[in-house]
Amino acid sequence: MRNIIGESNFDFVGHRRIAMFVSSGLVIVALLAILIRGMNFGVDFTGGFTIEVGYDKPPNIQQIRDVLAAAELPDAAVQNFGTSTDVLIRMAPPEDGKGGAALSEDVFRALAPTSETPVDIRRVEFVGPQVGEELRETGGLAVLMALFAIVVYIWFRFEKKFSVGSVLALVHDVIITVGIFALFQIEFDLTILAAILAVIGYSLNDTIVVFDRIRENFRNMRRGTPAEVMNISVNQTLSRTVITSFTTLLVLLSLFIFGGKIINGFALALIIGVIVGTYSSIFVASTTVLALGITKEDMMPVEKEGSDLDHIP
Amino acid sequence: MNNANPLWKVLLLAAVVLTGAVLALPNLFGSDLAVQVSGRQDPLTPDMQFTAKTAINEAGFEGVEYREEDNRLVALFQNQEDQLKARDQVLSVVEPSSTSVALNLVSASPDWLRKFSEPMYLGLDLRGGVHFLFEVDMDEAIKSAEERFVSDWKRIVREEKIKGFKIQHANGAISARFNVEADRDRMLELFRQEGRDLDFKTSEDNKYGYIEANLTDAAVVTEKRAVLQQNITTLRNRVNELGVSEPVIQQQGLERIVVQLPGVQDTARAKRILGATATLEYRLTHGREGDWAAARSGSVPAGARLYTRRDTGGPILLQRDIIVTGDQIKDASAGFDQQSGSPAVFVNLDGAGAKRMQAVTAENVGNLMAVVYKENRIDVSFVDGEEVVKERKVEDVINFATINDVLSHRFQTTGLGGNEATDLALLLRAGSLKAPINIVEERTVGPSLGADNIRQGFLSAVVGLIIVVLFMAWYYRVFGMVAGAALILNVVLIVAVLSLLQATLTLPGIAGIVLTTGMAVDANVLIFERIREELRSGSSMQVAISAGYDKAFSTIADANITTLIAAIVLFSMGTGAIKGFAITLTIGILTSMFTAIFGSRVLINAIYGGKRGKALAI
Repeated sequence: MRNIIGESNFDFVGHRRIAMFVSSGLVIVALLAILIRGMNFGVDFTGGFTIEVGYDKPPNIQQIRDVLAAAELPDAAVQNFGTSTDVLIRMAPPEDGKGGAALSEDVFRALAPTSETPVDIRRVEFVGPQVGEELRETGGLAVLMALFAIVVYIWFRFEKKFSVGSVLALVHDVIITVGIFALFQIEFDLTILAAILAVIGYSLNDTIVVFDRIRENFRNMRRGTPAEVMNISVNQTLSRTVITSFTTLLVLLSLFIFGGKIINGFALALIIGVIVGTYSSIFVASTTVLALGITKEDMMPVEKEGSDLDHIP
Repeated sequence: MNNANPLWKVLLLAAVVLTGAVLALPNLFGSDLAVQVSGRQDPLTPDMQFTAKTAINEAGFEGVEYREEDNRLVALFQNQEDQLKARDQVLSVVEPSSTSVALNLVSASPDWLRKFSEPMYLGLDLRGGVHFLFEVDMDEAIKSAEERFVSDWKRIVREEKIKGFKIQHANGAISARFNVEADRDRMLELFRQEGRDLDFKTSEDNKYGYIEANLTDAAVVTEKRAVLQQNITTLRNRVNELGVSEPVIQQQGLERIVVQLPGVQDTARAKRILGATATLEYRLTHGREGDWAAARSGSVPAGARLYTRRDTGGPILLQRDIIVTGDQIKDASAGFDQQSGSPAVFVNLDGAGAKRMQAVTAENVGNLMAVVYKENRIDVSFVDGEEVVKERKVEDVINFATINDVLSHRFQTTGLGGNEATDLALLLRAGSLKAPINIVEERTVGPSLGADNIRQGFLSAVVGLIIVVLFMAWYYRVFGMVAGAALILNVVLIVAVLSLLQATLTLPGIAGIVLTTGMAVDANVLIFERIREELRSGSSMQVAISAGYDKAFSTIADANITTLIAAIVLFSMGTGAIKGFAITLTIGILTSMFTAIFGSRVLINAIYGGKRGKALAI
């Protein structure tokens, strides 16, 4: 039997103050990053125009900036994208109202002198300001909807205190993941939002496994304070939590390294989310439940309501 | 307790593995570049098939293959250059109004396999192509619906011989002004009988009586629906004319239309054609050529309109009355004038149009007839972040000539450039848009990026899968190998289900498969850890296996259901690519429940079932 994590007996509950300190510190830093630095939203959410072009040889970025400025195209941000031969050009919504195809033709024409061979247009994305606003709204709504649906499910399957604990852990994960994107100004687009929703699903997966064990132990163990039961449950599931997170991180690293530039941010968001989610399901979710004052009675199977109504004629 | 497999479980697993493999197999063959020739309305005739085939064979491409199909011809090519050349070859010998010639990617799997299953449908980000989101200009649609009442009202008022009125569409309403209030009230009654879809308002000042009217809310909704449907029909016709295979044209909400064109590379032309409003109008000239210049300085005679000539930029006066409009053109094709060799559009009028053309030209032999090219260009600009839409009407005279003969159904018009003639013929065939459309979102993926995305997505999935399988085999030994087998089966089943549903695979979809690979082993990890616990507490191997699977089940179900909730929210809220992620994630969760619980159990039972002792390789 190979063991990365053996039969552990770590006092998670006893160290909960440290965990609480670390968690609230991270959340505060993340919130500050979001508020002060702001999110670097992609065109999906701001509206605007992105074009990716490919060259045979590494082009001169400054020359590209110059020809675009000379062609009187709206303020264009030009940068290398992934490799030295790929260039990403980003623009605000064009003022003369040219949408994607017309503007990409202008860009294409302007770029002609920057390369001896024809420039390869790899990707064009144009999102109108109105559509960007809608995507932002539905995106935010999606995250709230997912959280709400999950609260309801856990309430129904477990108990109110568990539901509060799991959602607190999820909010913690989402804020920290989003905060890291704000801190390092990594572009936040639709695929990242999808990754955040997947993080919610994943982190919850972890939390549920721990909760399930807590419930089982509450019902089976005759003795022990709630704190002891918590500790035993977290330790019993620790090996599984670590192994699953590890395999998930393995595939995500593969996605991050081999999946290409477009999926990079997506993989990164998931990697951060899985790490934070694993931490939170061990340290945040169960200690919250404990802090809310969970008792053995909360976890006993509920007797059928109305079973004594039989006597009423 | 000896964990024997009942026969039905073994058979079920074998059946699922076999079905999954057959369904997933076509995806390994990739796809071939094809040119597809088919009839627009009727099936392609054997004659046309033969003509098209001959044209391709004459060009002498290497390694061309034909696929036998009932009512269309599919020719397969070795490279893209040949494919494009072959399309142009075929286009030069067939009649574009009755035959569609499209570039396509078709499955390269062998014939026998294609009878069972088709490969997954690749999304635009994997095969290259363009996605447009159009918004229909509904203000304009409602305005033109209301403007139709203006001419009705004028007719009614004239029939009643009322003097001194003014009727127009102004300030967002149909408004009429009368000198005497009594006239106003009588007219209001008549207008009410004529237009049931209108809300009326009256007012008066010391000189005039006024009537104002707008479409009722119900009529506005009906009108919007009708305009949207008509625009979708027109867009569909235009896409068919462009020769795009497997396009998507879909309504989104009440005012928007999604158009997806896989494999289209000339996005600028696609955009120009889809949004175009170009049409033709035929009118008689007014007065003599010498008088036209004077009209520039402001004296346009009654019954005439001033136009600009496209060739010289000079002025020309035309009659206000139109002989025929583009809507009466039934069919059109582009070609060349036999005498001058310049590009021409050959038009075919419908019955009413032909009758009118015949009557007018019969009366006007020796006079001049002009052809007006009309187009609405939409300029959108952003002022302080607000969208400002300006419509600009382009109207110029592309040609005028003496009427030598009586014209009726079919005749030709010259005066356009070659590409312009081709595009105009296409637009006349496909019909006009009922209201202007604007692009509010566009996503184009070039073929090189599409190919990169497939390659990198596939690589990351395979590497991820191999690493996880190796790790599991190392950590859980025999049980780990079983989990690895279940994992590989899971990927096969995801691909099989996607192929079966003909769902669209996108790059985020591949990411979903990769993520599921990592998460699907979770079920096995949960089970194996339980088995280890049971072994530690002294259970025999058969009891440990059985208890491990049983106790882990409810945890696995709970954990997967919550991920499923997140995936469903993603699906319902997401757009295109995000939906792809939600689909593969959902399918992956469901298939992993089968492979990791049921599939692995059957294998474990086959290996350890009935044995005694405590030595499990776990």
